[in-house]
Parts: sequence; C-alpha cells; structure tokens
Amino acid sequence: MSGIIKSSIARKVAMALSAFFLMIFLLQHFAINILSVFSPDTFNEVSHFMGTNPLVQFALQPVLVFAIVFHFVMGFILEIKNKKSRTVKYVKNNGAANSSWMSRNMIWSGATILAFFVLHFIDFFFPELNTKYILGDLSGMHNGEFKYYNELLHKFESPIRVGAYVISFVLLAMHLLHGFNSAFQSVGATVGRKEVMKKIGRAYAILIPLGFIFIALFHHFNGH
Amino acid sequence: MNLTLKIWRQKNANDKGKMVDYKISDVSPDMSFLEMLDVLNTELIEKGDEPVAFDHDCREGICGMCSLYINGEAHGPDRGVTTCQLHMRKFKDGDTIYIEPFRSTAFPVVKDLVVDRSSFDRIQHAGGFISVNTSGNTQDANAIPINKHDADTSFDAATCIGCGACVASCKNSSAMLFVSAKVSQFALLPQGKVEATDRVMNMVKQMDEEGFGNCTNTGACEVECPKGISLENIARMNREYLKAGIK
Repeated sequence: MSGIIKSSIARKVAMALSAFFLMIFLLQHFAINILSVFSPDTFNEVSHFMGTNPLVQFALQPVLVFAIVFHFVMGFILEIKNKKSRTVKYVKNNGAANSSWMSRNMIWSGATILAFFVLHFIDFFFPELNTKYILGDLSGMHNGEFKYYNELLHKFESPIRVGAYVISFVLLAMHLLHGFNSAFQSVGATVGRKEVMKKIGRAYAILIPLGFIFIALFHHFNGH
Repeated sequence: MNLTLKIWRQKNANDKGKMVDYKISDVSPDMSFLEMLDVLNTELIEKGDEPVAFDHDCREGICGMCSLYINGEAHGPDRGVTTCQLHMRKFKDGDTIYIEPFRSTAFPVVKDLVVDRSSFDRIQHAGGFISVNTSGNTQDANAIPINKHDADTSFDAATCIGCGACVASCKNSSAMLFVSAKVSQFALLPQGKVEATDRVMNMVKQMDEEGFGNCTNTGACEVECPKGISLENIARMNREYLKAGIK
C-alpha cells in the first residue's frame, strides 16, 4: 500500500481529488458571492448560515483547509521532484512549440493564488475564527445588523486591494485553464471525451474567475 | 545552404560537456538531418578531429534511436517525424542550429549526442508483454473476435517506437506517454487483460524507480511524438492503475 501512495500516479490522483474539492468550493463560493450583487439581505443570510452551520464549520471547513494545504504542499513537492528528473537543462528549449504557457507555469500561477489565499485568510477567515470561537460571538451582527455585506463592501473600497484581487483571479483563470482538464485527465475521466472536457474546462476556467472579478469591480464602483 | 551548428560535445558519461560551434557549407535541402551530420563527420575525420557521436540505425523512422533535441524540440521543428525523416529544407540558409542530446536523469549521456535509454527496456521487462503458453495448441489470436475500435486503438498505442521524445519534451521528464502506450496496447485486448493488474502496477513502479518525473498533463509529449501517440493513453493508464490499486 505504501508503494501505491508514493507512486507518481497516486500523487497525480491525490492532486486531482484535492483540485476537484477546491473547484466545487470555488463554485459554491461564487454562488454565494454573486448574491451580494442582487440581494444584500440574501447574501447576509446565506453567509450567516455558512458561518454558523456545524456541518459546514466542523466538517467541510476542516476538509477545505486540508485540501488547500495539501494541494499546495504536494504541488511544491512534485515540482522539486520534477526538477531533479532533469538536472542538466537544455541550452535551447522551445517549450512554447508544444505546450501552453499555463501548463508550464502552474507553480507560478499556484504561488500567486497561495499569496491571495494568505491575504484572504487574513481579511476574512482568521477574523471570523477569532470572533466566533475566541470571543464567542456567533450572532454575525455589528451595530444591530448583519456584518457580512458591509464587510464585503469595506474590503472592495481600496483600488490597490481590488487590483490585487483582479490579478489573482486572472492567474486563477490561467491555473484553471490547464488545471481543470488536467485533473480529469489524472483520474482517467477524459478517455473518449477529451474535446468535450476541454470545452467544459475552458468555460469553467474563464466564467467563474470572471464572475469573481465582476463582483469585486461592481462593489468597488457601486458600493458607495 | 550554409549553416552554423552548435553541437553538444561530451567525451564520456563523466565529462561535463559543452556546446561547440561548427560551420558547414553546401548542405543540400534534400538531405536528411542525419545525412547532414554524416557530411559534418566526414569533414571532421578528414581534418583529423573526433567525429560527433550520434545514434542511428534504420533511418526510416522506425528504430527510434536518434535521440536529438534540435533547436529546442525533440527531433526538430517538424511534426510526426524522427530525426532521419527531418529534412534540411525545414531550415533556412544561414540558420544557427542547436543540437543537444535528449535530457533526463533517466537518460544519462554516454557520449556527445548518444544517451542510454535502457531505463525504457527495464520498464518493458517489468510488464510490457503477455505470457503465452507456446505448447503447440495455442489459440490463434486472429480467431478471437475483438471490437474494431479497441483493436484500432490498441494498434495506435502499439506504434510507439520507444524513442524517448516524450521524455525529452516533457518539462518534468516524465515517461508517462511511453509507459501508457505499452499499458494501453495490451489493456485493450483480451490477451492482455489477464495480466493487466500486475502489468500496470509493475511498469509504473519501475518507471518511478528509474527517476522519471511526474506527468503534469502539459501535452508536450503528444505534440512531439513521432508516432502521434495520444494523451488518451495516459488517462487510460491512470484508470487502469486506479482499478489495479482498488483490487
């Protein structure tokens, strides 16, 4: 069994499984965030539900944190292993002739997304943990009303922060342009449906990050 | 055509190696790339210099010996060809051409442009075969009905010549396309299904032990493969491996 865990394919599959979880998480995160554009009240209610539901908080959230950490750590481990597989580099290498920039630079788009995660955790995740589980305030209220929508608006005030947000999601789109299809390929799900999977992957990789960018810009320009 | 060649020269496996410049004149556009190297070597020998060592055998695109990385691509800029099938008309008069050996920790350089690809042989030995009892009453393979799609897909996988262009082109130096072609060729046929579990487990284990990198699905291998082996074989091997792991 330990041999299987160490095998290159098992690691690929593990990367793919964590990627599937993260892509589903991204989809539901987008579904909640887009509510802030159409109905701040619904956004507040859904955010409060997600923030206080025990199943989300104590089952899904730890899995999410694990998936994020695992995906990044395994990504870096595989990158180091792969570098060792070619210790003498080519004097002239034309990688662009046979593969996309995205596929060759997943480590860099991934590192940018990691930086974004750190910022996002400092902005939202850690203060939420502090309020709920250290200060013991599970009400989700601030000055007599739900805080979630106002916090969102506050975060999208600074043009620098919005700019960083947009850049991060452009890099996420690039990561997904390769990563979506790559994950399905890794679990062998593309046999006989390669072209269809590519189209679905492209649609997901462009539309979801674009949606997040739209939300950020919408609130930046209309929030005040 | 007059060309400048920048060729990797390395005396032996322990030598550090370096690029050396050569000028070559009156190259016919109709020459194959290997014939051009023959001309260069003749000139070097006539001058009393050491000729450039490079591998070649059939010179008709089947042996897969010509492990050359030309201008940053395995087997050069053409598609679906080995180096012997690459013609000098693909280059322009006055071009500078970089010629390097395939690079991978699992393909150590023996001399100049010659690499040791016996790691592929060891992967094949680990499971790239079927066991048939040749007692004299073996069933004729042609008498076993096989779905046409499976037969064609298996044959496509079987056209892999084991040249190593997939490894050379992959940014991770992964051998997944080669191994998956060998796994697929048997996995799709009834004769291969009997040992399918052991085959995929043993071949992947050997592949990992040889020091090849992990596949990240860039697709470079498929583009550079002289036989057009499809990435779908890798997906099939992943599936076979998962099935074997669960058993």
